[in-house]
This record gives sequence, structure tokens and C-alpha cells, in this order.
Amino acid sequence: MNASLAAVLPFRETTVELRDLQFAWRGAAPLLDIENLSIARGERVFLQGASGSGKSTLLGLLAGVLLPQRGAVRVLGNRINDLRGAQRDRFRADHIGFVFQMFNLLPFLSVRENILLACRFSALRSQQVSERGTLAAEADRLLAALDLDPALIGAKAVGELSIGQQQRVAVARALIGAPELVIADEPTSALDADARAAFLGLLFAECQRAGTTLVFVSHDDSLAPRFDRRVALAEINRAALPVRSARAAGR
Amino acid sequence: MRLLPLALKSLRNRRFTVALTVFTLALSVCLLLGVERVRTQTRESFASTVSGTDLIVGARSGPVNLLLYAIFHIGDATNNVSWQSYKEIAALPDVAWSVPISLGDSHRGYRVVGTSADFFTHYRYGAKHTLSFAQGDAFSDLYDAVLGAEAARKLGYRLGDGIVVAHGTGRATIAEHKDKPFRVAGILQATGTPVDASVFVSLAAIEAIHADWQYGTRLPGAGVSADAARKLDLTPKTITAFLLGLKSRVATFGVQRAINEYEAEPLLAILPGVTLQQLWGLVGIAENALRLISALVVLVVLAGMLTALVTTLTERRREMAILRALGATPLTIFGLLLLEALLLAACGALAGIALLYLALAFTQRALLDGYGIAIALTPPTATELILIGGVLLAGLVAGLVPAALAYRNALADGLTIRT
Repeated sequence: MNASLAAVLPFRETTVELRDLQFAWRGAAPLLDIENLSIARGERVFLQGASGSGKSTLLGLLAGVLLPQRGAVRVLGNRINDLRGAQRDRFRADHIGFVFQMFNLLPFLSVRENILLACRFSALRSQQVSERGTLAAEADRLLAALDLDPALIGAKAVGELSIGQQQRVAVARALIGAPELVIADEPTSALDADARAAFLGLLFAECQRAGTTLVFVSHDDSLAPRFDRRVALAEINRAALPVRSARAAGR
Repeated sequence: MRLLPLALKSLRNRRFTVALTVFTLALSVCLLLGVERVRTQTRESFASTVSGTDLIVGARSGPVNLLLYAIFHIGDATNNVSWQSYKEIAALPDVAWSVPISLGDSHRGYRVVGTSADFFTHYRYGAKHTLSFAQGDAFSDLYDAVLGAEAARKLGYRLGDGIVVAHGTGRATIAEHKDKPFRVAGILQATGTPVDASVFVSLAAIEAIHADWQYGTRLPGAGVSADAARKLDLTPKTITAFLLGLKSRVATFGVQRAINEYEAEPLLAILPGVTLQQLWGLVGIAENALRLISALVVLVVLAGMLTALVTTLTERRREMAILRALGATPLTIFGLLLLEALLLAACGALAGIALLYLALAFTQRALLDGYGIAIALTPPTATELILIGGVLLAGLVAGLVPAALAYRNALADGLTIRT
């Protein structure tokens, strides 16, 4: 339904739109107060913020895991803060790929099983893959595109991979089934400079191929020039005061 | 989203602690089912301590009392039955067979039962099993004795050994019938009944060893030698009780009434099955205690499983956050944890059943020989299946705790990975 809905809505070229958004953890002062943030379809956005500035909270709001006290979170034209809990989870499974800082993978599943886990939770993404081939073939294609040899590591246990390899497997899982939005939360912070550059190259290439919108969060500004746009959280967050940042960091 | 493969793989990843949990669960389930099985088999074999005997007759007292002293050899008769009454009742037209029993002497703590050789043909136990001889045969000579399996084994007797019967039934009796020793003529197979702990001699032998006794002591100077006793009239004047077999079970109540209303002396006739059930009612408290304890053991083990699952939750919060990011609802997380608990309980129950049959297969022989408990390797009974169902249900209920905690964590953590 979301695909057809998105087609008729005026926001079709906007993947993410935040308007008059306010969020506070229970019993705390407002952490986020964002008047407007919109991210176009296919755009690669670098979201910069210091530790504790509310980056992860913002991502939780985008993913529909957290709800704002005020304002609207629109993803693909859907006001996801109006959806019920299970619907938001479903929406996330269908349309959003997520990459964590590290330890993205379930240790008891093989590399291939980890990638296909995304399809297990989303019939839509599973179906999108199946239209062009088998699930396993798509997982292998993504591994190869991310410079990993599927024959060599596809059946391997996750623990046998280096951190850099694990992060690329996580990207494959976020991209499989072509979700419209990929959110990456400091995915390169555990990598060295060379691996970081290579990782970004591969990530961009695959996002471009699928027309995926990318929201990339990091505190490391040196990566920013490679993105279409840099957004500093401190600049758009009207609630960003040093005191509050410190409190949030302690949380 | 099928959770089963995910739950299975997650459990396999923690196989050491999982194996420990399943193993302790299996032990407790094995205990629960084992107690249940031994309990029912014990009750069955108890209820059939005497089978094939229609009536037990003794001097008038209480039914349980009569059963206790006549069959279980516990306590003493308040009164005897005259030989005259015995002969008259044995001659009733409905009576097929009768076996007299005379108690009062013992041998090293084992009761001496004076009876006729008919005892060995008519006494039945369990599913109408007859007594059979492991060695030797019934008495042929006046001073022949037949030993029950336990008496022979514990005292280490073999065929041909001499034994001396003591007067009275206490373990520390002083007066012994030393002048008239017996010879072990036969040893019976184990039965799991009081027969095992008995020493059988003929009624005539009981008379013979008491030939020079009166009022419970030896008459001074009136020694009758063992050989001289053979020439005496050894018809008893009284016996302790007797067993009756009837030609038709329909006649049971008629004969019972006739005996209970017998005019020459006050007698009591009881149906062994009915009185055995009454007696079991007294013993039954212990069996319920056993059941309760084994059920508690299962609960304790399930509490252990609960603890094991809850402690893994902390290290698995990362796993939960990943699943949440992939679109798992908190309810999915809840279901995953519940499924794991159920899988553990199911594996534990299955392994417990396997363990039970394995243990039974190995101890079957020893249980029968040592305790007379015959346990067949039959499929689980309805009661046992209900118990297994109860274990699974309890496992599910125990699983609600970690599942609820994981649900709460999933809501609170969101996509934040906390370790």
C-alpha cells in the first residue's frame, strides 16, 4: 500500500521530512526541537553531531521506534508517528535499512542467513528480490558488489569475519530488497582510514544503483565532503544547548 | 516471520548452558515420571498381594487387623480359630479349597508360618501368579521347612541347611525349639509379597515342636524327642487364620455372611481385595508426599531455567536491538523468548522420558528381585501424559517472565544497543 500511496502524494520526491518536531525523554528537558528537515529522494546526507547531541534519538524517530511529543515525522509521505506500533515496525521492515556502528550481525547465523534476515521480516522486500531471482543469489550479488567473495564467506560464521567485512555484510542486509531509505549510525567509526574510504565508495555505489536515500550519521566531519549535503544537528536543533547535551550524554 | 529456526539457532549458539538446562530438566522429569510409575506399580502389586483367595477368615477383630496379621505378619492375632470350626467351614458346599495358617513362631526375625502344602498351590499374587520353587520342593518330611526368597537370601541358606525355630515372634526370643531342628527343603522364587519374608513349615510340625509345651513355656521334665513327636497325634487344636477359595465368586457374600454369623465361635471373613484397598488408603499419604516432592523438583528446575533465560537477556539486548531494527515488533521478541522456553521444556521432557525408559530397562531386573516391584516397559499412561503436559505448561508459564522482560527491554531500548 505504501508504494502506491507514495505515488499519489505530493511528497514523492521527498523521502524524509521532519516538521516542528519536539522530543524529550520522560522527565527530561527537550532534547530535540527541529523546525524543518527534509531529505530528497536519492540524496546522500551527512548528519553531523557530537556524542550525546541526540543523533541516535533522531534516528530512532526516523525509524519509528520513538515517537515525538509534537510535530510530524514523514517518511515516503507517510506520517509514521500516526501509525500504530506494529504498523511502524512493519513500515521499518519494508522501507528502511539500518546499519549500526558495529556488531550488526547475529552471531549464531551465517553471513548469508544474516543478510536474508531482512527479507524474513519483510514480505515486500522478499517479494522485490524474488521478482528478479532467488534470495540467495541476491545476497551473493550484494556481497560481491561490496567486494566480498560470496563463495568464500557466504556460509561462514559471522565471528570469523573482520570488523570491516562485518560492516559490509551489514550494508548488504540493509540494502537487500531495495528499501527506499538506508540509515547508517556511525558505521565507519571502527574502521581505519583506508577501510573507511573503501567502505564509503562501495556504500555509495550500491545506494546509487538502487536509488536509495542515505542518511549517514557521524561525529567525524572529515567524511562530510563526499556527501551531497552536510547537516549539522547543532544547527537545526533549537534545543541544542551545552547543558542539555551533557545531560543526554550521561543518559 | 517464522521464529522457530531463529530460536533453534540461537539455542544452538548457547549449546553448553542449554544442554545443562535440558539435562537438569530431563532429570526432574525422569524423577516425576519415575515416582508416578513406581507408585502405580507398587499400588498394583500391593493390591494384589493376595489374589485368587476369595475370603480370609480369622477370629473376630477388625478387617485391617486380620489382614495385617494373617497376610502381612504384622502384629498378632487376638484369638485363634478352633480346628473344629475350620473343618466345618472348609466342608461347606461352596468351598473349593482351604489353606490353614498358624502363626506364633519365628526364625531370626522371619515369621514361621505353619500351613499345609496346599498353600503353595492355592496362594496367588499379582495377576494370579502361583508360587514357584527356585530350589527344592514343598515339605515331605515333618521337619522340612520352605523359605521365602528374601529369608533365604538374607540369611544365606541353601537346601539341606538346618534351622532352629524360636518360640515367639520377637527378634530377641530366648526360648528356641533346639531339640527339633528343621531342614531347608525348598526355596521359593521372589514374589514381592510378605511370602518372601516367611519360613513355611507344616501344621503338624508346629504341633510337634510344641508337644512338650503348655501355656507358652516348656513343661519341665516332660521332654518329647523329635522322633517321639512323630508318633503323636499332630492334629492341631487351633489355628490362627485360614484362606478360602470358592467354587463360584457369586457365592462369596453368602459364605462371608455364613462365617460372620457362625454360632460356635465369633469369626470374621474378609474380602482381601477390599481390605487391601482400605489398607492402602492409610499408606497412600506417603505416596502423595512423594508425588508432591517430585512435582516441586520440576518447579525448582523450571525456576532454574527461568533464571538461565533471564541472565542471558542482558547479553542478548544487542541481538534484540538488531531484530528490532530489522522490523521485529516487541511482540515478536516476546514470542521468540517464549518459544525458546517452550523448546527447552519440550527437549527436557523428551529427554526425561528417554532417561526414564533407559533407567527402567537397566533396573527392571533389580527392582523385581530386590523389591518385588514388577515394572513393565509400557508406553506412557494417560496420567503420565497429563504430567508431561503439565511440565510443558509450567515451562511456558516460566517462559513468560523472560519474555515479558525482553518485551519491556525492546520497548525501552528501541534501536539503541546497550551492553
